[in-house]
Amino acid sequence: MTDISLLYESNVTIRSLYRFGGGACAPRRTLVSMAPGSMIVDVPSQKDETDGRRAAWMVAAQAGDRAAYETLLRDCIPFIQRVARGQGVPSDFVDDVVQETLLTIHQARQTYDPSRSFTAWLRTIAQRRAIDGLRRGGRTRKREIHKPLAYQNHADPGGDPEQAAFQIGHAEVLNSAIGKLPTRQREAVEHLALQGQSLTQAATATGRSTGSLRVNWHRALKTLRAQLGKD
Amino acid sequence: MVRFDSNEQLVQALSADLTPVDRLAPPSLRVLLWLAMVGAVALALMMVSDVEAMIQRLMAAPDMWLAEMGSVLTAVLAAAAAFQLGLPDRKAAWALLPLPAVLLWIGASGMGCLRSIANAYPMPTAGSEQCLIFILSLSLPLSLPLIVMLRRGFSLRPNLTAIIGGLACASAAATLLNFIHPYDAAATDLTVHAVAVAIVIVANTIYGGRLLMRKMHSPAGSNFQRF
Repeated sequence: MTDISLLYESNVTIRSLYRFGGGACAPRRTLVSMAPGSMIVDVPSQKDETDGRRAAWMVAAQAGDRAAYETLLRDCIPFIQRVARGQGVPSDFVDDVVQETLLTIHQARQTYDPSRSFTAWLRTIAQRRAIDGLRRGGRTRKREIHKPLAYQNHADPGGDPEQAAFQIGHAEVLNSAIGKLPTRQREAVEHLALQGQSLTQAATATGRSTGSLRVNWHRALKTLRAQLGKD
Repeated sequence: MVRFDSNEQLVQALSADLTPVDRLAPPSLRVLLWLAMVGAVALALMMVSDVEAMIQRLMAAPDMWLAEMGSVLTAVLAAAAAFQLGLPDRKAAWALLPLPAVLLWIGASGMGCLRSIANAYPMPTAGSEQCLIFILSLSLPLSLPLIVMLRRGFSLRPNLTAIIGGLACASAAATLLNFIHPYDAAATDLTVHAVAVAIVIVANTIYGGRLLMRKMHSPAGSNFQRF
């Protein structure tokens, strides 16, 4: 690694410090000095370094390196978010684009060619997924509207007020009948039927044996059947 | 749309699902491989056809040379464009690559047809259905390896890739037809060829497009919701 500061102090001739993957991501050229004999040198920009780092991670991922892949995917997320926002994707859909892009990277990882820029490869995929997301959003907006009040006030066509009233009345009668049961029978109904507990759970909760609960459960059913049938 | 509870959850699921992959060969190499398959079919046809008669026929009608060159170039350029479009980072403009060759092919075939009409040559209509059957039946064995090879890549424009791939197969089949085609491009022939090419392209678009379309599947064992 060359110390960049040294270049500013001397008329060193350096053609290329970094060259990640050939011409597709060639470093930015910078004029170091205007002194006679000075030359234009290729100073690596931060973008080139980032691209080289991502390309190296991707190559490792192609070979099956999970740690490199995880690092790469995490590193890609802010970039994809920027691309999505740049394409005009609303902020609440940006994460959808991020996830679609990450899935595409995963499925298309064999197509990445290390001689080309990784960032350019990623940008094209992210842009495409953002456009897909915008189109999908446009289609949804064309078919659907957001009106929560209209939804809440919409009458249920299958609803029968009389039936609903009957059910409410029926529940009241049932609750009243259960309330009139002897304590042990009422406990059995409440734990086994209303709370949906198993015999063991009900036994633990009530402190009674499972046999006692079973007997009281059957007695309660018999009592309720007789009482409700009579009414 | 696939949606995970968080991006971090997806990253972890994808990393857990990672397996080593064989990097895809360069598109140029894959084009050559497919063209080699077409070449093998051409060699087989040469064995059973009268090559000398074909050369004499082509020499007699200069338009046919041009039309032949147009169809060969269309096959090569369309295959090159299809393999480029089969990669996610390539531009849709690659689809325009075979356009000049298509124009040459159509133009030269049309010239031959006009010459036939102007000279009042007898236009054979018998055998047109054989041309149709030949192009259709040859396009299938050419399309299958092409689609299999394209599926190894990942196209973000599967339908466009399938259309261009269909054009490559149809033009290759139309080129190979010359081995057994005994006539100059008469109007009937031209129409039949155009219909056959159109059928191949449409069939590739419908079936090839579906085969090239990748559903976004969740990594194995991950929890996801589809909206």
